[in-house]
Amino acid sequence: MSIVTVQLGQCGNQIGHEVFNAICSDVRGTHGLCSKKENESYHDACKERFFSEEESVVPVARAVLVDMEPKVISQTLSIAARSGYWKYDDRSHFCQKQGSGNNWANGYSVHGPRHKEVIMNLVQKEAEKCDRLGGFFTIMSMAGGTGSGLGAFVTQCLRDAFPTSFILNHVIWPYGTGEVIVQNYNSVLTLSHLYQSSDALLVHENDVIHKICAQLMNIKQISFRDVNQVIAHQLGSVFQPTYTAEGGLYYSRNPLGDLMETLVPHPEFKMLGLRNIPQMPENSLAYSTFSWPGLIKHLRQMLIANAKMEEGIDWQVRPPRLGSSIPSSHSTNKPLHFNTSIANLVILRGKDTHSVDLGSFRDPSLYTSWLNPQDAFNAWKTPRAFNKYEKSASLVSNSQFLLKPLDNVVGKAWNMFASKAYIHQYTKFGIEEEDFLDSFTALEQVISSYTIL
Amino acid sequence: MSQSVVVQVGQCGNQVGCRFWDLALREHAAVNKKGIYDEALSSFFRNIDTRSGGDGPDIYKGKICSLKARALLIDMEEGVVNEILQGPLRDVFDSKQLITDVSGSGNNWAVGHKLYGYQYQENIVEKLRKTAEHCDCLQCFFIIHSMGGGTGSGLGTFVLNLLEDEFPEVYRFVTSVYPSGEDDVITSPYNSVLAMKELNEHADCVLPIENESLFDIVNKIHQMTNSGKLGSTVKQNSLVTSSAGSAKTVQEKPFDAMNNIVANLLLNLTSSARFEGSLNMDLNEISMNLVPFPRLHYLVSSLTPLYTLADVNVPSRRLDQMFSDAFSRDHQLIQADPKHSLYLACALLVRGNVQVSDLRRNIERLKPSLHFVSWNQEGWKTGLCSVPPVGHSHSLLALANNTCVKPTFIQLKDRFMKLYKKKAHLHHYLHIDGMEQSCFSEAISSLSDLIEEYNELDATKGGPRTDPSRLKIAV
Repeated sequence: MSIVTVQLGQCGNQIGHEVFNAICSDVRGTHGLCSKKENESYHDACKERFFSEEESVVPVARAVLVDMEPKVISQTLSIAARSGYWKYDDRSHFCQKQGSGNNWANGYSVHGPRHKEVIMNLVQKEAEKCDRLGGFFTIMSMAGGTGSGLGAFVTQCLRDAFPTSFILNHVIWPYGTGEVIVQNYNSVLTLSHLYQSSDALLVHENDVIHKICAQLMNIKQISFRDVNQVIAHQLGSVFQPTYTAEGGLYYSRNPLGDLMETLVPHPEFKMLGLRNIPQMPENSLAYSTFSWPGLIKHLRQMLIANAKMEEGIDWQVRPPRLGSSIPSSHSTNKPLHFNTSIANLVILRGKDTHSVDLGSFRDPSLYTSWLNPQDAFNAWKTPRAFNKYEKSASLVSNSQFLLKPLDNVVGKAWNMFASKAYIHQYTKFGIEEEDFLDSFTALEQVISSYTIL
Repeated sequence: MSQSVVVQVGQCGNQVGCRFWDLALREHAAVNKKGIYDEALSSFFRNIDTRSGGDGPDIYKGKICSLKARALLIDMEEGVVNEILQGPLRDVFDSKQLITDVSGSGNNWAVGHKLYGYQYQENIVEKLRKTAEHCDCLQCFFIIHSMGGGTGSGLGTFVLNLLEDEFPEVYRFVTSVYPSGEDDVITSPYNSVLAMKELNEHADCVLPIENESLFDIVNKIHQMTNSGKLGSTVKQNSLVTSSAGSAKTVQEKPFDAMNNIVANLLLNLTSSARFEGSLNMDLNEISMNLVPFPRLHYLVSSLTPLYTLADVNVPSRRLDQMFSDAFSRDHQLIQADPKHSLYLACALLVRGNVQVSDLRRNIERLKPSLHFVSWNQEGWKTGLCSVPPVGHSHSLLALANNTCVKPTFIQLKDRFMKLYKKKAHLHHYLHIDGMEQSCFSEAISSLSDLIEEYNELDATKGGPRTDPSRLKIAV
């Protein structure tokens, strides 16, 4: 089954390009560390998922590029084509001239309806190219105007036009200290709307990735390209082919569906966080070895202590003792920093994955009590190494990972809303105070739900 | 890509405008090596086929044939515009895009606004429509004028009104040169306050400029370049005041250096809209992020660095110095000290070889010494444009919506009141058709209200911070 990627706005297009780059370079690489047959299966599964077989020398990405100004898309298209290894379909993009001015209302209420038909036609065309459509993957930032506003509108249209398809939104959380002054308003509006139409929101925070670049990748002068490449690596580690069943014979063909099934048991809980280990500069890879027990131990503690990366983990945090009869809604017996999960997915790639012990992730004390611990945790594996890492492990978690960031954003937006600053910029395009209040209410609900886990 | 049109009104407006077009050509020439008419150029220039003699159709692609500025030149006396048309830039301006008269406005806002406004209204509208028709997607009008005289101030603000009526969806950015205390035009306070009312009500963003500040910057550079060893390594074309490398070859006139600063301001402001970068910042984003309330749209600007040394290796310390300078009092283009006043919002547009980590590092470093309003504690808007200005490897434009504009407005009000109380020179205005006493009282009232809004914000500075309580959800 194939995934159609929709890249929205400057951020969405810049990241989307890096994602296809990472996937393509992984598939081409000879560091698979597995049998030729295995490599071929992997290659075929990946191709089916992300690229279409057209009359073209190089694979063509299954993607639709959307932006309200032309510069980024034209750059993205040309850089991809110049790589010589893959490209975008030359007709599969839509742009306008003026941009959205960082105005969510402009993206959602003006550009959305105005360009709905053209954009959905492009999506339809890509969907028709797929033998079987596995769902949609949209990439956008929350801070600006196009990715956020138009992105929310497009997601709604996708939901209406493809009611039974899976929709996964990849959302970029902006730097806390401002990239855009109205980013908190745009974020609140985006998240509340996405929650209604999307199946799940997979989040990356710029601040976190920036730290990874600084501390783990040792990059001195970090550029957005560096940030985007780390994000692309993390996404690739989730979406490249895996075996979802123990002893499975074929690579799973329904990645989005499988993801939703394992991680989103309840529509109130859609916020997914992503962690990947190990993460290091490419030139150090040759000199490093890792053991699975070590990696798993770190990953588990990252989950429990809500650590953003493998350095600086708080090892003091422990799961609560089981056996206390107090139900989980009274979380007084849980240590304050403990990160409660609804469901977790661990993805292992590389050498000796078949022998890895994941018992520590099945510990019921990590989870809320709704799901059977057997159902709350899943593992996908492949012996095929990813992106030159001999062993790598990723964690996709539906847990309290994003509770604090969400609370922060809502708090700051509320603070600004109380003074009515910038509201006239939104009402100008049809988003009224009432709409803001609806969004705030929806998100406070989500925050409350995640808090009382 | 969208286009912008420059409307330069009056002597000051046209002189600054002239420097702008010259430096714009220089900037594009440095970037556009192949002579292809690209989207970046089209934002300010049309490409005309002159083979069919004079006024051919626009050419949208391919080689540059003849570039014409998307501009409207308006002056009620001929001297300045004529000089431009005889100078090296004569071919850049379309002869049909000029509106001139003979006698000038006599430093009288009423003559500019009411008399000439009425007289030339149709002509102006027609020419504006023509320039708009040549644009694929017109995004912004830039008005350049001075506040203290008659034409720039009066007719300039009349044009502002027209733009709002005829093109309500297009942004109006106004670069206004405010008179200094020792201005030799006695009635400049009247002209300025009358113009302020128009700016309050009809402009999207105003970039106030004060000659004193420009003068100080010019002096600073002068001292630097003449200071022996260090001075000799300065790259001449990197001076924010320099015309080096541009079309202008004649001896520089005294105001040229100052006008170049303003020209550079406009170039930097539009750079991210014209050129690519990892975090684009378009003009509509500037208005969106820096104007929290409709009337508070006055942005204090600063440009750094003022020059670069020929030394190519720029250690990160020097980069950080660039950020620090942007917030220092002597780099602002008006007499103001943003560091000691209250920020409502701040934008940093970086050009050249600067990455997001440099930006973040400096914001973190400078934040503690700045005061931001309680509801916008992280009020930063940032942009990264890959193409640096001519002669530099990197540069920074800072735009601040800050209460430090207040003193400028208060001084203006005081000077106005000094004259108005004694009814000095009032008759020159009142005998113009359409002018009444109420025009004056409304204007000063508008200015007072604006000052009051800034006062209210200042009152919140440093006060106890009580965040509003959040919505409570029933569990």
